[in-house]
Amino acid sequence: MPAVSKGDGMRGLAVFISDIRNCKSKEAEIKRINKELANIRSKFKGDKALDGYSKKKYVCKLLFIFLLGHDIDFGHMEAVNLLSSNRYTEKQIGYLFISVLVNSNSELIRLINNAIKNDLASRNPTFMGLALHCIANVGSREMAEAFAGEIPKILVAGDTMDSVKQSAALCLLRLYRTSPDFVPMGDWTSRVVHLLNDQHLGVVTAATSLITTLAQKNPEEFKTSVSLAVSRLSRIVTSASTDLQDYTYYFVPAPWLSVKLLRLLQCYPPPEDAAVRGRLTECLETILNKAQEPPKSKKVQHSNAKNAVLFEAISLIIHHDSEPNLLVRACNQLGQFLQHRETNLRYLALESMCTLASSEFSHEAVKTHIETVINALKTERDVSVRQRAVDLLYAMCDRSNAQQIVAEMLNYLETADYSIREEIVLKVAILAEKYAVDYTWYVDTILNLIRIAGDYVSEEVWYRVIQIVINRDDVQGYAAKTVFEALQAPACHENLVKVGGYILGEFGNLIAGDPRSSPLIQFNLLHSKFHLCSVPTRALLLSTYIKFVNLFPEIKTTIQDVLRSDSQLKNADVELQQRAVEYLRLSTIASTDILATVLEEMPPFPERESSILAKLKKKKGPGTVTDLEEIKKERNSDVNGGTESTPINASTVSTPSPSADLLGLGAAPLTSSAPPPSSTGSLLVDVFSDSASVVAPLAPGSEDNFASPDLASSEVVSEEPADTVHDADELIHKFVCKNNGVLFENQLLQIGLKSEFRQNLGRMFIFYGNKTSTQFLNFTPTLICSDELQSSLNLQTKPVDPTVDGGAQVQQVVNIECISDFMEAPILNIQFRYGGTFQNISVKLPITLNKFFQPTEMASQDFFQRWKQLSNPQQEMQNIFKAKHPMDTEITKAKIIGFGSALLEEVDPNPANFVGAGIIHTKTTQIGCLLRLEPNLQAQMYRLTLRTSKETVSQRLCELLSEQF
Amino acid sequence: MQFMLLFSRQGKLRLQKWYVPLSDKEKKKITRELVQTVLARKPKMCSFLEWRDLKIVYKRYASLYFCCAIEDQDNELITLEIIHRYVELLDKYFGSVCELDIIFNFEKAYFILDEFLLGGEVQETSKKNVLKAIEQADLLQEVGIEISTVFQKICSNS
Repeated sequence: MPAVSKGDGMRGLAVFISDIRNCKSKEAEIKRINKELANIRSKFKGDKALDGYSKKKYVCKLLFIFLLGHDIDFGHMEAVNLLSSNRYTEKQIGYLFISVLVNSNSELIRLINNAIKNDLASRNPTFMGLALHCIANVGSREMAEAFAGEIPKILVAGDTMDSVKQSAALCLLRLYRTSPDFVPMGDWTSRVVHLLNDQHLGVVTAATSLITTLAQKNPEEFKTSVSLAVSRLSRIVTSASTDLQDYTYYFVPAPWLSVKLLRLLQCYPPPEDAAVRGRLTECLETILNKAQEPPKSKKVQHSNAKNAVLFEAISLIIHHDSEPNLLVRACNQLGQFLQHRETNLRYLALESMCTLASSEFSHEAVKTHIETVINALKTERDVSVRQRAVDLLYAMCDRSNAQQIVAEMLNYLETADYSIREEIVLKVAILAEKYAVDYTWYVDTILNLIRIAGDYVSEEVWYRVIQIVINRDDVQGYAAKTVFEALQAPACHENLVKVGGYILGEFGNLIAGDPRSSPLIQFNLLHSKFHLCSVPTRALLLSTYIKFVNLFPEIKTTIQDVLRSDSQLKNADVELQQRAVEYLRLSTIASTDILATVLEEMPPFPERESSILAKLKKKKGPGTVTDLEEIKKERNSDVNGGTESTPINASTVSTPSPSADLLGLGAAPLTSSAPPPSSTGSLLVDVFSDSASVVAPLAPGSEDNFASPDLASSEVVSEEPADTVHDADELIHKFVCKNNGVLFENQLLQIGLKSEFRQNLGRMFIFYGNKTSTQFLNFTPTLICSDELQSSLNLQTKPVDPTVDGGAQVQQVVNIECISDFMEAPILNIQFRYGGTFQNISVKLPITLNKFFQPTEMASQDFFQRWKQLSNPQQEMQNIFKAKHPMDTEITKAKIIGFGSALLEEVDPNPANFVGAGIIHTKTTQIGCLLRLEPNLQAQMYRLTLRTSKETVSQRLCELLSEQF
Repeated sequence: MQFMLLFSRQGKLRLQKWYVPLSDKEKKKITRELVQTVLARKPKMCSFLEWRDLKIVYKRYASLYFCCAIEDQDNELITLEIIHRYVELLDKYFGSVCELDIIFNFEKAYFILDEFLLGGEVQETSKKNVLKAIEQADLLQEVGIEISTVFQKICSNS
């Protein structure tokens, strides 16, 4: 028994509690409890009426039993009876029991509500307090329905006592949270706002919580609270530490109220009234200044209370995000805390800095602390603090420090706690993709992730690396080489086998020229892992094998042998068996052409939000994934009447936001950043009045062909000046050596291409993908050829459906005929309506002369003989240029083949040089072409020589090919 | 604040206060999980942790852990001081409070908490005012006289 037992102790209860505590085992405890329950039940059911004291005692015992974790299924009625006792102590226990144990037994609720109603009407402040506490504790809808109308009256009545006002305010808050529909706004709201001026700080404290919650939902009605809150806050922060008497906590004046007021102000944008705004800025400055003053007490309570106010002030500064001076001061203050000896402060500083990192004013200031944060990652002993450090590194990452941050995260991953590994893996994968300038770095990073933490690399991550490699041809050769090397490790993670299998199946040919990674070696390497892998991975590898059959006809029989073995054909797993049977059959009966078509390189993946980011969001909950753009958006939406909300269509088109496109695959800086808003505003540029351009005669004679281009000039707004042809020749160069890929992408539209050419004919499939969820209307793509081009290139197509649904893709086929050699590329102009705006996009269509190349194999002797025949100066074109990409032999070979000519081995006496030969087919003539590429590794230069029978052809081919290395 | 739990070093729950509606089953599950998580932490670790979508703020006083669950925008440090102020209130009321006081007078611990926090929000931060309210209630109990006369007394006091 404790020494102190205030109030009227219930001896029986104390004895019972002692008994329970003395029980030696769980069984003994249960036995004692059952005995007591039986006793209480019999008392409640007995004939003799129990007096109030006994009832109270038994109800209290039941409560104790319940709190021990046992179920209680009776006694509720007795507790309700206690409510109507006019002995305070009995009433109080009754209310406590109800508060803890209420269930929605409607009969009981009615009785309880009745008792509460009586107490509220009693005008006895103690009873009213008990009743209000009960409502606030239970907070059920039934109670809201019964009392939500009544409580506001109590709250604002002039004669209500302060303590009752406090309870009423918070009681109303609780009801508003559970059932806002029952809480009517009305005259009382303005009077509640004025409670911020109340003399009694306890009333202000309670009222501020209520006002904050109400203001979040009804900003207009509570707008006046801003100036009142500012003046109240100002009075508090400037008061001497003794002014507020008992509301001063360890020398800090009213810390709870200060925090609540600062929180209330975060429901609104910065005050419009200059005087109020000035006063608030002064308050915030005072709070920041106080942080630099020596502490008034050594007690941790003093520093905690003081810093609680400081952190809340910093939250408000970040929320307003409008005073660069305050933001930078906040950042410096947090910087000091990063090295504080209190773990709690280091934790909070890391957390708070995460949000500061997303403000444009303080992002740079946050970045200066990178070394400290990295150090925290290495030295903090508490995993939750390290977790914050990871979050902050993620938030402060940008192009300038991505390499360092990713490297540090990878380092940390090796020893990181298992609980946060998956999250770090996701973060590294996102950052590596988002800030990759050089995609070889991206590939290296992801493979490292798999090596270090393969088990935590989710499907999303390895799917993503494959998508990126498929969509970016500049990294394919490197990726193939790197996975091949990584697979050499005796023990590699199954995820690596998956990535390796997929990539080699698509791009193994790019490294097959090296005898160290010949087709057979690649195959044997993959197959050596086969038996250790799970079924899904084996299935993937079987697909790789059939792809190899197409890529490397020379190892076809080896692969067929493997497919034919019993372990495959008779595999117990249906999926594996089916694949083996089908692939074997396919490889046996299909002609080379059919195989080549069926097993063609995968088309580019459609752009969509990174599934990794989606996964991280899911893991962390929305709003916690720091993304500048998102935070801004969220903030806009919760700032009441704050910055004018931007219509979605406008912002997606015209804001060149730093992150909107960050996770798009096509996010290479050159191709897909949003076009800058036209500075001259509404341009009525009539691009088509230029007589040099005419619409290509597509499907001639058809009236309902493309809309007349003149329509463009009648449109009012052009978000993008239509005379800007996107990225000029960059796009053309991207497609010189390949036929498939993403041609163009912005936030609305993606254009993909797939094309094939034979002799002087070609066919191109253009895929228009609507990336939004809104329909495009009047969707009109038009092909435009200059007069000159029109005579050399004949393009035919059919119009597409003028409506493109959100998320849908439409396809357009262009039939191409090359009549004579040509220099320029046709232009693809696309016009459509999106939301209320007119969109006009023009891109060059990558139909280049080399597409009509047919390779010609010839021996060394022939080659040089022809070379000499084409020795006329007009027939030769030479270009010496600096290498723009790493000088990799295999990639160079692949590019020359992709260019269309044959790659002639063992022709040039210098094995480092590359020579090629082929014929350009046009309708009127055929032009023989020879080429020679001489790399100079020391100087990182190339010399390219083209010799053809026609000067313009030499010139054009030389131009096109020079851009590829 | 969504809830507050008091539990001993042995993991015995001494007080639970829920400010959001949850089923008994959920409450038990949360309690079990949190007690385990918090007890596993070492003394020098920081007082905050992320748990589900909530922030947990906890502090140990002698043999008792005080543990609060707050929402994302809530202030961790001020919550730490909510805990401290509650401990001070208990201490002042019981006179150097110990775990046993809370076991044997659990109803008092609830009453004090209700005066201090209501609906998960701080109602009254003044130690004097909270204790005055509790002491007046005790007065009503000890004297056990007709409520109405005491009521008049309270009114004249405050």
